[in-house]
Amino acid sequence: MKLPDFTYAAPTDLRGAISLLAADPAARALAGGQSLIPVLAFRLGAPSMLVDLSNIADLDKIEVNNARLRIGAMARWAAVAESPLVHTHHPLLRAAISHVAHYQVRNRGTIGGSLAHADPAAELAAVALACDATIIAQGPQGQRRIAVADFFCGALTTALTPAELVIALELPCMPTDLRWGFAEFARRRGDFALAGAVVHFSLDAAGAIINPHIAGIGASDRPRRLTAPETVLAGQAPSLAILRAAADVATAETDAADDLHGSAAYRRSLAGTMVLRALADACAITLP
Amino acid sequence: MNAPLVGQPIERIEDLRLLRGAGCFTDDIAAPDALAAVILRSPLAHGLITRLDTEAAQKLPGVVSIITARTIGMPVPTIPLRLAPLAELVPYEQPVIAQDRVRYVGEPIAMVVATSAAIAEDALDLIELEIAPLPAIVTNDDAAAAAALLFPDSGSNLCITYTARLGDAAQEFPGAIIVEDDFSTQRHTAATMETRGLLARWDAARGHLTVHGAAKAPWAGRRMLARQLGLDEFSIDMIAVDVGGGFGMRGEFYPEDFLVPFAARHLDRPVKWIEDRREHLLSANHAREFDAHLQLILSPAGDILAVRGRARCNLGAYMRANASIAPRNVAQFFSGPYRIPNIAIDTDVFLTNKTPTGTYRGPGRFETDFFRERLLDLAAERLGMDRVVLRRRNLITSAQMPHPIATVSAPVKAEELDSGDYAETLDRCLGAIGWDRLQPLRGQRINGRHHGVAVGCFIEGGAAGPSEHARLELGADGMVDVFVGSSMVGQGLETVLLQISADALGLPMERLRIFHGSTTYLRIGFGSFHSRSTVMGGTAILNAATTLKEAIRAAAGRRLNCAPDEVLLGAGTATNPSGAIVNWAELAADVPAAPGQFDNHTHTYAYGAHAAHVGVDIATGHVEIFD
Repeated sequence: MKLPDFTYAAPTDLRGAISLLAADPAARALAGGQSLIPVLAFRLGAPSMLVDLSNIADLDKIEVNNARLRIGAMARWAAVAESPLVHTHHPLLRAAISHVAHYQVRNRGTIGGSLAHADPAAELAAVALACDATIIAQGPQGQRRIAVADFFCGALTTALTPAELVIALELPCMPTDLRWGFAEFARRRGDFALAGAVVHFSLDAAGAIINPHIAGIGASDRPRRLTAPETVLAGQAPSLAILRAAADVATAETDAADDLHGSAAYRRSLAGTMVLRALADACAITLP
Repeated sequence: MNAPLVGQPIERIEDLRLLRGAGCFTDDIAAPDALAAVILRSPLAHGLITRLDTEAAQKLPGVVSIITARTIGMPVPTIPLRLAPLAELVPYEQPVIAQDRVRYVGEPIAMVVATSAAIAEDALDLIELEIAPLPAIVTNDDAAAAAALLFPDSGSNLCITYTARLGDAAQEFPGAIIVEDDFSTQRHTAATMETRGLLARWDAARGHLTVHGAAKAPWAGRRMLARQLGLDEFSIDMIAVDVGGGFGMRGEFYPEDFLVPFAARHLDRPVKWIEDRREHLLSANHAREFDAHLQLILSPAGDILAVRGRARCNLGAYMRANASIAPRNVAQFFSGPYRIPNIAIDTDVFLTNKTPTGTYRGPGRFETDFFRERLLDLAAERLGMDRVVLRRRNLITSAQMPHPIATVSAPVKAEELDSGDYAETLDRCLGAIGWDRLQPLRGQRINGRHHGVAVGCFIEGGAAGPSEHARLELGADGMVDVFVGSSMVGQGLETVLLQISADALGLPMERLRIFHGSTTYLRIGFGSFHSRSTVMGGTAILNAATTLKEAIRAAAGRRLNCAPDEVLLGAGTATNPSGAIVNWAELAADVPAAPGQFDNHTHTYAYGAHAAHVGVDIATGHVEIFD
């Protein structure tokens, strides 16, 4: 549980950080360290250099421009959850963060670190996916915008190229009448979720569901948009029966594998249950 | 005299120190000259070591030594049973380091000693280890099928079978009702906030070893270590500092308890080892993995006539120092607080390629209490009887005590339940939870949760012998120092023993200091296990207090010219019949240290009942405890 030897750098500007990473393929960026440091302690990784991003100015800014909420990569969970801008413009993200690990981890862990780590059970990834977020990355070739649907490639794998850093997450501000729900299940609060779901949709003048978005977490190797239940819901008036129908197809659409924590069948069933509960919450329908 | 302190809800005196971060745990002991030890552990559950080359690792700057079985000399010592030893279990004792075969993931293969733990961990990667894998025996069924043997010489993976017998359970029970089922309890382990740790110093000139990090049973550990190292017991001091959790796991003798002191002597340098969380989960005692098929035989009226069946213990790879306790208890304590005249339960103890097990919070009783109480619920359902009525009907009454319980082989020792009012605790438990009020909720689905309500009765052993020891010393400052063999594992021992001491001496707690758990305080002591530290240590203190007060009366009588029995003792004062007063502090030079001892050769049993009201979310499997 002692870290392997590495060089440590704490540049004060983004370009400096990127050049250090570009110059040494075995260097790694250090954000909040809540996943990377345990990886090193277990000796599952041995980077030559850690490039600490915490001294780079303005990388933790939270701002709203043109109806988009932009959160700097180095913003800590606790700061995001407490931000009045997030409170006003993205209550769904705020609700999801309350499920992220424990208090101590939320004080250190960052938005950018979570996205770049790409854990399949990360709440943020599912929120980003369900909300059509954009990830802003910067590398030696400059800055680019990556649609979240193209960002997560598998467990712990992203579309980032070597020496490219997540510098911000951009989410469309939530309209005040957007219906949303978040549900997840972990054996102990703060543990990685065995399954979870993020949902949001609007209601048209006739009370029918329009533009439903559903993302599932934890049950497969990456956060996934669940399109089959979206199709079931679209154009329907919310009812217990239609929610159940959507949850059933979510179960069928979830691609889970057996692991130490549960069977594939349990994971799939749990994924459907979480979709049902998130939808029920969004519709203010009480489940029996 | 004021109201006794025992029974008062006073704040724990150790908490201010511990909660402010001012405690002293093993890793807090400053030892700038100490080398750091880390352990190469088996990555495989079962296999033969075909290559172990430490040459490259040895050359890493900062590495001082790499200790293997070869360094120690083969055959290496094994760890003896501390409790309920038997000759037939000796072959399954754990060697202090693997020699040619590994039997669980985490088994020590080599220990690297270096100038820092980080360098030592770097060196682990340079050790060239090759293991030819053998089939891993994971379950009891695997062990019985014996596709591989953990100990080929024994011819079987069955380590021992404990039998519990009372009356004749094999007889026919005409007209009786038989309720039977399969049960299992999964593996648990203790995860203490402070992991294990040791700091050993060898004083070559004095031939003396000092080991910090002792806990639970330091004198027993010293005895084992002395034998393994070929030292006199009194050449070793085991020092207990603050302990961040015990749970039965901490303080037993593990391989590291040999390896670290061995390294300190071998290298003539202080050596410190602090267990990391990962190796804690791999190597500290696990517990609880049992399965059972049991039959409960009842008369149609609901009287339990007999129990019979077989339990199986997934022991893990070795029989560790206290590993015999849980399988013995599963057999012996099935009857719990109930009158069961005929008992025949066998517990097969299987060796498997998992971390070895030991005692953990009510070892064996947790498991067998569940088997029994579940069988009673099944029986109540079958008989159409109320669950509480069935239990109350079969609880042993005070009038039926002493009541024999099943005898376990081996070692054989007849046991009995000597006193208690079992029905009273059941009634109070049902009253406390509002049992009658909860009955309509049983089986109801409310807000997505299925409600369940249950009650169970149990007995719990305590006050294990053979004895505990204490010594009280009156100082010239008027303080009384309390030395006791009980050891602290985070259970609030200092507070409760000072409450007892203060009451016994008629002094406020502020006038007492307590010293516990280190072998330097007393020539002999036993420690804290089997719910014994307060009863045994506290009673030893009471006995010492009687002796100390007699000595104070004698000294005061000489000073005040009266007979000792004419001296009236107050809070730190002694008064003669004519009112002359002397303070205890002034008598200190004339008052010898007062030893106290308490012996107990019988097992005694506490008892109680638990009730629970839970909600089961059947969609997730989550169980919520409402009350």
